[in-house]
Amino acid sequence: MSDAEIKEVSSDGHKEETEKNGDENSADSKEAAQTEEKEKDSSQPEMNANTNAEEESLDVKKADKKTSKIKSKPGKKESKVLKEDINEPVGEPLEEANTEVLPENVFPLFMTSKTQEIYNCKCDEDVTEENPFKFIPKSDILEDMRLRAAVCDFHPFKQQILDYPGEDVLIVYDYEFKHGQNFIVALTEEAKELLLKAPEGEEGEAEEEGEEEEEDDTVYMYIPPEPKDWVSLGSEKEIEESIVKETRRKLKVSVKRIRREFGAPVQFSDRNVGDVKDGAVDCTSYDDHNFDIKRIELDKAVQAISEQVTEGTQTDWKYPRNANTQTYPREYTEDEQAALVATKECSDFVHEVAFDFHQALQQNEIMNVFYVDWVHLGDGDDAFGSKADNHLKEYQSFTDLQFSKDKMITCIQWHPTIKGVVATSVAEKLSFDQRIDNAAKVIMTPSLILIWSFADPIHPQLILEAPDDIFSFAFNPTDPNHIVGGCLNGQIVMWDIAAHADRLKQQRGSNRNKKRTVLPGFEDPNALKTPIVRYCAVSSIEHSHKAPVTDIQWLPDHMQINKMGVPQENASLQCTQLLSCATDHCVMLWDTKASKIHATAMYDEKKKSQQPSGVPDTFKHLDLTWKPLLRVTLSKSEPGGDHAPTKFSIQERQGDRSALTSGTENREADVTQTMQGGFHKPSSGKERTLQGVKTYVYVGTEDGEIVYADWMPQKDQDTGKIQTPKPAYYHVTHDGPVVSMQRSPFFKDVLLSVGGWTLALWKEGVSSGPILESSACNVKLSCAAWSPTRPGVFFVAKVDGSVDVWDLLDKTHEPALTQSVSPTAIMQIYPFQVTQKQQLIAVGDIAGTLHILEIPWSLRQATPNETTSVANYIEREVKRRAFVVERWNFREKEKREIEAEVKKKAGGMAAAMAPPTEEEKELRLRQEYEAYLNEEHTFLRELGIVQDEEIPLPAA
Amino acid sequence: MAAEVEETLKRIQGHRGVTGTIVVNSEGIPIKTTLDNSTTVQYASLIHSLTAKARSTVRDIDPSNDLKFLRIRSRKNEIMCAPDKEFLLIVIQQDEQS
Repeated sequence: MSDAEIKEVSSDGHKEETEKNGDENSADSKEAAQTEEKEKDSSQPEMNANTNAEEESLDVKKADKKTSKIKSKPGKKESKVLKEDINEPVGEPLEEANTEVLPENVFPLFMTSKTQEIYNCKCDEDVTEENPFKFIPKSDILEDMRLRAAVCDFHPFKQQILDYPGEDVLIVYDYEFKHGQNFIVALTEEAKELLLKAPEGEEGEAEEEGEEEEEDDTVYMYIPPEPKDWVSLGSEKEIEESIVKETRRKLKVSVKRIRREFGAPVQFSDRNVGDVKDGAVDCTSYDDHNFDIKRIELDKAVQAISEQVTEGTQTDWKYPRNANTQTYPREYTEDEQAALVATKECSDFVHEVAFDFHQALQQNEIMNVFYVDWVHLGDGDDAFGSKADNHLKEYQSFTDLQFSKDKMITCIQWHPTIKGVVATSVAEKLSFDQRIDNAAKVIMTPSLILIWSFADPIHPQLILEAPDDIFSFAFNPTDPNHIVGGCLNGQIVMWDIAAHADRLKQQRGSNRNKKRTVLPGFEDPNALKTPIVRYCAVSSIEHSHKAPVTDIQWLPDHMQINKMGVPQENASLQCTQLLSCATDHCVMLWDTKASKIHATAMYDEKKKSQQPSGVPDTFKHLDLTWKPLLRVTLSKSEPGGDHAPTKFSIQERQGDRSALTSGTENREADVTQTMQGGFHKPSSGKERTLQGVKTYVYVGTEDGEIVYADWMPQKDQDTGKIQTPKPAYYHVTHDGPVVSMQRSPFFKDVLLSVGGWTLALWKEGVSSGPILESSACNVKLSCAAWSPTRPGVFFVAKVDGSVDVWDLLDKTHEPALTQSVSPTAIMQIYPFQVTQKQQLIAVGDIAGTLHILEIPWSLRQATPNETTSVANYIEREVKRRAFVVERWNFREKEKREIEAEVKKKAGGMAAAMAPPTEEEKELRLRQEYEAYLNEEHTFLRELGIVQDEEIPLPAA
Repeated sequence: MAAEVEETLKRIQGHRGVTGTIVVNSEGIPIKTTLDNSTTVQYASLIHSLTAKARSTVRDIDPSNDLKFLRIRSRKNEIMCAPDKEFLLIVIQQDEQS
């Protein structure tokens, strides 16, 4: 229909157009027609109701549709269709937004293509975008309105046109449908004028639009594409390749059917299901296990970006090295080296420089030219002899009016761990006879050990009560709360002060201040009183010493001695054994550990006997049953009594573990055992024997002898009894009882013995005698002690109340320093290194006062290489000793030879006149008488008593 | 020749306290030593550069002068070096006192 109409339209107006349509676009028209037909079918009922005009508008719709179809097609066809399209009036004009505000009396106007033909203002032909103005004579419009009446496009403006004053009406082609229609019309002269300024006005509008659009930032301009010559870029090949070509012959399939069967009717008949087997097959649904596939959920992530990898690299840090050592050193091979060495140049060079080297090397050997004298200048100045502060300074003195006054101090011991705590034992100043005379009084006064602290110089911190006067005591080096003492009556006493250890540790002054904090009225009446600790064990009196115990020492913790005197390793590293000596000719070994029998016995006993209150039962198992483990009897080599020891010394010392170093097997096992076993554990008996330990003991006796004896008992040749062997040697050196037997803390084979008025130095292994023996002092010596820090210094106490300081490196014939310390006789001295910078010496006198003196720097600070110098000195003395012995032997031999010779001579004469006859005897007597007379005469004559002439010789 | 060198070096080595003798060539490469390799290399390289520096110092002060002998006294030992055009002899002597 549309097609027809178009043709109709064409036939009405422009043949050209129709031709074009017919020529160029027949295919398109057909296509459009087809679509339209379809459209028409669907909208048939609507169509019928439409008026002519509506038909037209429908027409436009169709054309519109057509356009939308054709739009995609490029080139001329499109423009053609567009033209058509524009010619047609738009069906829904109101839908278009009237964006532009029109001037007054200017209205949008739609002109159908027919109207356009009438007025010769066909779009894009008579009017274009560039020249949109068209003047239509008013008469033409009126004519048209008259002819077409309401169909006329100007009909809505009929009255206005009639009122229009001018002859021509201006219409403007609205190319872009800005105002909703394809034209606008000016219906007054003013409006016409406005529009005629148009170019500007419209431009202005356009500009406005442009400006508006500039806000959108883009102005689209349609540039129709221009056809260009086709240039091959290789795509034709691809096309060619993608074309499917026949490569084989086509298959031929023929399907045949009998002719008569074509279209023949089919006949069906009924049948019973039961008639035939399998007449009906029941197709029940079932689960087919073949398709029983488990569905497993799978979480899978897919990411459409490349994976990220983080990597780092860092160069290794190398130790900064000298530039010379960064490179690999160049080296010659041995052959090359040999070749170079063999060259004459090398030889010459070495010879040339050798002299310088010899000179330099020898110079170094002769003396150290770079020795700085200034550095060492000060050393000598502070030593002895200078006026520097080098005397002992009184630091403190302790005396207790109640307990220690007018008693003599018999032993001094510093507390091994708590600094500033010193213990002294005091005893009555009575001789044996006096003691017996005053027995009643003596028994009534308690025998005590006083423990002093620097915190309180008036009151002792602790008082240990003993059964009898104590002459020696010792702190256990490994457990200082255990104290062992030797009594006057020969018993060994044990104390345990563990309960009072805190009291000793208290700092200066805190003791009393603490008491004040107690509520008034509730003060402990004993708070200010010194606690008295009772002994907790005492040895069996029948097995103890029979004389006052003069020396007692703990065995060092690394060793123990069994019943056979064999030194063994003490794995527990606890001091449990001790040695004591008394003047009853023996040294005894005691063990504080309970033996098995005792342990059980003790358990029974414990129930029966009750310890006095406040006494710890640490050593309960020993009380009154304690027996020595080993008894070393010091019998003299020749008949005539035994040695009565007063002091002794063994080589092993506390803290020196060198004896343990030979082999350490099964040590750890023992340690764990003893850890569990504790104090009461009996010795397991499988302890390692210490081979390196010397079993000899140096003993100083009451008679001033120094005895060197083996404590290990041996089987006696004659009796078969196992007993202590005879001493290896002994020397009667001292002119009084030995009061000190001290081993040097620096040389464990060097001993100092003091007795009577002399002192002597001994070196273990030198059996011929002391390496140094002092001349007799004018006062009796009472004690001696080595300096703990200077190898060459020792202190000697004297009964005149002075202390001698000997320095072996200074002079060996007399003390380097003598200082009066006390107005009374000094009984004991004991130096002790309290701190690095303080060394104190405790001096106990016979009046019961304990003086603490500070040792000056020069006496405690060892000079450089002092140990070496002292060692050299000792070595020298040993050599001298050896020389002396050699001379002795030589002299002895010489003497013997002379004697022998004399004897021989005398023997010869005697042989000649062997039996002296009576005559001979008479003759000899006569001769002797004559000689006597002659002598008498000479004597008298010398005195002038007789004259030669007057007194004639008596007749022969 | 080599035997004579050996003999001379042995005599130097015979002095008390001498712990090492090294002969180094002009490039600082050891050609004869009585020490272990690493010590030798270290001594050779370091002493060589030091000696070169010392020598240049002496010659800079007086171009007609030359370094004859260099003794380095340290806390532990003394290092003696004698440079020459071709060779350098290094002797290390331990300090007796230390």
